Amino acid sequence: MKNSQKKRLNDFNLIKYGYPDKNGHYGKFGGTFVAETLIEPLTDLRNMYYKLKDDTEFLKELYFEYENYVGRPTPLYFAERLTKKIDGANIFLKREDLCHTGAHKVNNTIGQAILAKKMGKTRIIAETGAGQHGVASATVAARLGMDCVVFMGEQDIYRQSQNVYRMKLLGAEVVPVTSGSKTLKDALNEALRDWVTNVDNTFYIIGTVAGPSPYPELVRDFQAIIGREVIQQMQELDKKVDALVACVGGGSNAIGLFYPFIDSNAKMYGVEAAGNGLETDKHSAPLNKGKIGVLHGNRTYLLEDENGQIIETHSISAGLDYPGVGPEHALLKDLGRVEYGSATDREALEAFHELSQVEGIIPALETSHAIAYAIKLASKMKKNENIVINLSGRGDKDLNTVARIEGIEI
Amino acid sequence: MTRIKKKFNDLKNLNKTCLISYITAGDPSINDSLSIMNTLVESGTDIIELGVPFSDPMADGPTIQRACERALKQNVSCSDIFSLVENFRKQNTDTPIVLMGYLNPIERMGYDLFAKKANEAGVDAILVVDLPHEEAKDVVSIFKKNNLESIFLVAPNTNADRIKKILEYASGFLYYVSLKGVTGASSLNINKTLEKLEDIKNSVDIPLAVGFGIKDANTAELLSKNADAIVIGSAIVNIIEKSQNDKVQVNNDIMDLLNPIRLKLNNKISSGEI
Repeated sequence: MKNSQKKRLNDFNLIKYGYPDKNGHYGKFGGTFVAETLIEPLTDLRNMYYKLKDDTEFLKELYFEYENYVGRPTPLYFAERLTKKIDGANIFLKREDLCHTGAHKVNNTIGQAILAKKMGKTRIIAETGAGQHGVASATVAARLGMDCVVFMGEQDIYRQSQNVYRMKLLGAEVVPVTSGSKTLKDALNEALRDWVTNVDNTFYIIGTVAGPSPYPELVRDFQAIIGREVIQQMQELDKKVDALVACVGGGSNAIGLFYPFIDSNAKMYGVEAAGNGLETDKHSAPLNKGKIGVLHGNRTYLLEDENGQIIETHSISAGLDYPGVGPEHALLKDLGRVEYGSATDREALEAFHELSQVEGIIPALETSHAIAYAIKLASKMKKNENIVINLSGRGDKDLNTVARIEGIEI
Repeated sequence: MTRIKKKFNDLKNLNKTCLISYITAGDPSINDSLSIMNTLVESGTDIIELGVPFSDPMADGPTIQRACERALKQNVSCSDIFSLVENFRKQNTDTPIVLMGYLNPIERMGYDLFAKKANEAGVDAILVVDLPHEEAKDVVSIFKKNNLESIFLVAPNTNADRIKKILEYASGFLYYVSLKGVTGASSLNINKTLEKLEDIKNSVDIPLAVGFGIKDANTAELLSKNADAIVIGSAIVNIIEKSQNDKVQVNNDIMDLLNPIRLKLNNKISSGEI
């Protein structure tokens, strides 16, 4: 155990591919597109992160939290019945749904909260869509004794009332955002506005691999524990990884799984939310249907109109309902390293039921997109091949949504 | 000599501080914007800052956010704004116009086309809020090629080294953001701002403007001690919002807001007099 722990502490920087560059660019994507007032706090954050990311004490603290608070390592579960039913590749599920708070989000929030503490900040702010990142932020703020304010679109507050209550139970203040489309992107704007105003005592925990540099990089690094564990767990099973599948909204769970495999031969598939269908205008699939532009501090693929105004997106899952995507995914798409597909609301719902009934695991609606895609993929693969799906979150939070759609009153 | 440079020279000779007034283009409509621009000039505005509406104006407070939403409800585009400026220029050839906005609408139109059309319409300078100097090199050179000056922001937490680097790209004037916060905020500390302005003034070879949170004549007068220009934005947009459907009221209220500010800026208090 000691040996493997040491190894994991040291393999934080083993990747050859070398993005981002020192200015936070992923090829033509990424960067730091913010108003001048945010340059200093972003520079401070970058300096602190670069100082700490290889620091033994910091990593010890981080891994202590990963193991004792988050509940890592999470299991890599062989989905035997699903595999049999699909009759294709062997399907493994990386059980991020078993993390504390029920999703992968806490891997990142605990890392950023420790950074915040080291920087002497006393107040944490976060944006949230489905509420998972808000809950994960409120959780670690409570754990470390910090104030926490979560910005959430008025629309999402209505859709995810249970998570709003969870955040309040955890001691956070939830601020409704009424500007723009009243969803995740507007919550992000509002969090940036708060940060500009309160930079001196406030740390902004961004929940995904988007935003201005260094956020896409540090969120990725904190989530990369997912992929590193998969490498080790598959080695222990003496199996090779042929394909990786994860859903992509902003893209943090996908990057977390993919990144440690970037230099390997494993095929990678990111799954966007196709909503009512990619051929309609009701989806959240910027990598499939978007144009390159600049939003929330970085250049990436965006869903926008012909005048460069960001358009409203649609997905059954609030966590994928975002018009942009992390800049590293934009690069990986252009490099051809990751293939980005999609799943519709309907396909995701079917997968939601399928996994619940065949494996006894109720997945989050976000995750259900990955499952829908992976089931199709696995059926076309050879029986001796192995596919790993990132089971990024559990579906308890979605029971009301699914019941409502199916006309069931709880 | 550029229109902006000439304006600052003229004002200097008259011992006046420059008054820069901001409105969001297309709020509440493009036609209204034209008449409001004329009112701004009549009330003593020296430079007009015309906001290019964006769906996600992350550096702006609620007042200008709502102005953007009103303009976007009518699908106001960059092309509409160029026509607006062209129309304004038919009657006014000496008031400089600065377009202030976010990068994405410009990127979507294409930098070369945007700059060419802006210049043809009679725009003098561009301020891109979310374009720090690190990302600005190519964009600024395209603007320059099209006779457009690039206005840059400096914040209370911008250090001296950074100001130097910003000055490599900045022209026209330098825009000091008087507080850590968004446009229209109410936390302006006048003494602190004066101190900071004095620091910056010594290292800057272009005019220095100050804005964010300035709402009245007294504040404008006090800050003019250490600044070449005062920017009034949200206070004007508030007036437009309040009386959207009453053009006369909007014009009168703008006059009532700006006239006293103009008067206070007419006799520039030189440093050391207060």
